[in-house]
Amino acid sequence: MAVVYEKPKSLSDAPLHYCPGCTHGIIHKLVAEVLDELKIEGKTVGVAPVGCAVMAYDYFTCDMVQAPHGRAPAVATGLKRALPDQVIFTYQGDGDLAAIGTAETVHAATRGENITIIFVNNAIYGMTGGQMAPTTLPGQVTQTTPYGRDIHTAGFPVRVCEMLSTLDGVAYAERVSVDCVPNIRKAKAAIKKAFTAQIEKKGFSIVEVVSSCPTNWGLTPTEALQWLRDNMLPYYPLGVYKDKTEEGVR
Amino acid sequence: MAERVLMKGNEAMAEAAIQAGCRHFFGYPITPQTEVSAYLSKRFPKIGGTYLQAESEVAAINMVLGAASAGVRAMTSSSSPGISLKSEGISYLAGSDLPCVILNVMRGGPGLGGIQPSQADYWQATRAPGHGDFQVLVFAPSTVQEMVDTIFRAFDKADEYRMPAMILADGMLGQMMEPVSFPEGKADTQKEKPWAANGHGFKRKQNVINSLYLNPAVLEQKVRERFERYAQIQKTEQMAEEFMMEDADFAVVAYGASARIAKSAVVAARAEGIKVGLVRPITLWPFPTDALQKAAAQVKGFLCVEMSMGQMIDDVKLAISCSRPVAFFGRTGGIIPTPGEVLGEIKKLAGGAK
Amino acid sequence: MATTNIILAGFGGQGILFAGKVIAYAGLMEGKEVSWLPSYGPEMRGGTANCSVCVSDEMVASPLVINPDILIAMNTPSFEKFIDALVPGGIAIVDSSLVDAKTDRTDIHLFQVPATQLANEKGLKGLANIILVGKMMKESGFVSLDGIYKGIDKSVPAKKAHLAVSNKQAVELGMSL
Repeated sequence: MAVVYEKPKSLSDAPLHYCPGCTHGIIHKLVAEVLDELKIEGKTVGVAPVGCAVMAYDYFTCDMVQAPHGRAPAVATGLKRALPDQVIFTYQGDGDLAAIGTAETVHAATRGENITIIFVNNAIYGMTGGQMAPTTLPGQVTQTTPYGRDIHTAGFPVRVCEMLSTLDGVAYAERVSVDCVPNIRKAKAAIKKAFTAQIEKKGFSIVEVVSSCPTNWGLTPTEALQWLRDNMLPYYPLGVYKDKTEEGVR
Repeated sequence: MAERVLMKGNEAMAEAAIQAGCRHFFGYPITPQTEVSAYLSKRFPKIGGTYLQAESEVAAINMVLGAASAGVRAMTSSSSPGISLKSEGISYLAGSDLPCVILNVMRGGPGLGGIQPSQADYWQATRAPGHGDFQVLVFAPSTVQEMVDTIFRAFDKADEYRMPAMILADGMLGQMMEPVSFPEGKADTQKEKPWAANGHGFKRKQNVINSLYLNPAVLEQKVRERFERYAQIQKTEQMAEEFMMEDADFAVVAYGASARIAKSAVVAARAEGIKVGLVRPITLWPFPTDALQKAAAQVKGFLCVEMSMGQMIDDVKLAISCSRPVAFFGRTGGIIPTPGEVLGEIKKLAGGAK
Repeated sequence: MATTNIILAGFGGQGILFAGKVIAYAGLMEGKEVSWLPSYGPEMRGGTANCSVCVSDEMVASPLVINPDILIAMNTPSFEKFIDALVPGGIAIVDSSLVDAKTDRTDIHLFQVPATQLANEKGLKGLANIILVGKMMKESGFVSLDGIYKGIDKSVPAKKAHLAVSNKQAVELGMSL
């Protein structure tokens, strides 16, 4: 019987701890498939964040380092400087990357650090139970914005790809979504392009994945995906924000 | 031994790090340690090393964490306020069993404090360099030559025990110049690090560098294993210098820069016929309990001299189980005690015990 | 135990720290133990600067000089700050072009050298500090001329090696006074 689908080799057999309907599983699979297809699992070191993906080291089979909250780009920088020919990626959520780790993110980007960041934006702090994230939408209800995010007191969401695309060190920044099969295919292509850019030493690459959090949004998985399409995508338009993967950043 | 050259303490530590095989330094500017960064930023590009000025002390220590995870010798350097910022990363390094070397060229605190020499970070270094149950190796050199020798030792011991090592210097030692020579043929004693996360190449199992253990029983076991290592270190790695202690009736206890001052005071007191010696801890963790206990069996009293309001004095009292009186003299805020002041305290101690 | 403790003090930019380094290196070249401890901080930017130099037959214990055997003062505030700390019988060498040296002490040897003026006149601009080092050599003799020359060679940065010649001229001028 012909094999039409296999779990990627770069994913372990450990059962994922993510909530039902969470899109982390899809994104993990896409990253693992890319590691397989580029044949780089053996030369890759991943950096796990603090957040829902904190135990990513149990799922990816490449070498892994677990970083302090927000510091994954700094840890990745240390790894990359020590291992310039290996592939280094971080896998971070919105609180990790765009709140506590903003400085590390921006400066790794502006240094043109030759690493790849997989940024999962689901507009909420998932692991701690659904508090406001830097990417929480105006009016969005969370545990710490019970009346909806009030832009007068809580300010505005951060658009990470737009912000980072102004920096000269960024070779590639694309925002994708995993809300439907066509978008999942595009997301995988973007992740592959980001890793390829790193292998070719083009500079900093980031793929922002607009993602859902049914548990903390208080929606069913399918409702959550629809909410994502109706609310997040207008605020966070999909597309390529920076592409210097031909010429590189320096 | 090679030719002796005059070097600032900060520069000498930087050169020693290079000779010890360190090629990865991550820092952030702060007085009075800046010469470490400046020296390495000049030398590393010529020898294929990485000098990286990070966006913050927080980032710098986490870059050290990344490089240490990859299995290379990595170092960062800062001064008191910057070490506070690094404490998060230091805890993670300890919790992940990663070796590295951290320089603290101490200045007056708390807060922004001042920029003059101080020893007010003793508690931070030996008690709480970060959250959680852990220790780091803490070395306290007192001459520029000893700063050089300590760098080699710190890298070796950090690797041997898979834990961070801190060198607790201060603005005086960092800024002063003294003759130094670098040990020949001692450089780069790095061992294989089979635990490193550097790409498994399908030749071994996955390596994970991690400090997260959600199961309390597993975490307790991890911490207990670490403390067994610490107990071993406390047995074998204590270092102290005994100066004029052979026939001493009294002992001054001081480390680092204040030990230099105390030494002058001890010599002056001897000239006046007071039988006093100096016990100088070289390792602050592990604290040289054996040397203190040995002294306690001999002397009538101790005088602890620090550039702080009195921090190491706790360890002195603990080491001797309060079996002898321990007086204290300290200056703080960036003021260096004078030999004359310390001599006065020695006289008080010797006079009071008669 | 022969130990010479020196304080050099003046304005930032007068070469106080450099002169101290020359003396320390001279001691090292003669096989002695030495230390050089600078003041540091914002005063480097045009405020006062001073350094402690110890040259000894034994390991230097305290590198912080409180009561110097020799004081080299290049401005009035420094002179006033340190003159009373000088040990009895100590040597004070002051740049009389810049320092209004008034002291009641009669138990010290005070030498007034118009070093800045001489430096300007003799084409040694900026080397008043080293002229004073030369005078210190003559009056104290605790290191040799050869040692000081070697100290200069070691202290002058490689990129400015040509300045060693004028530094040595400044030493000779100071010794002739």
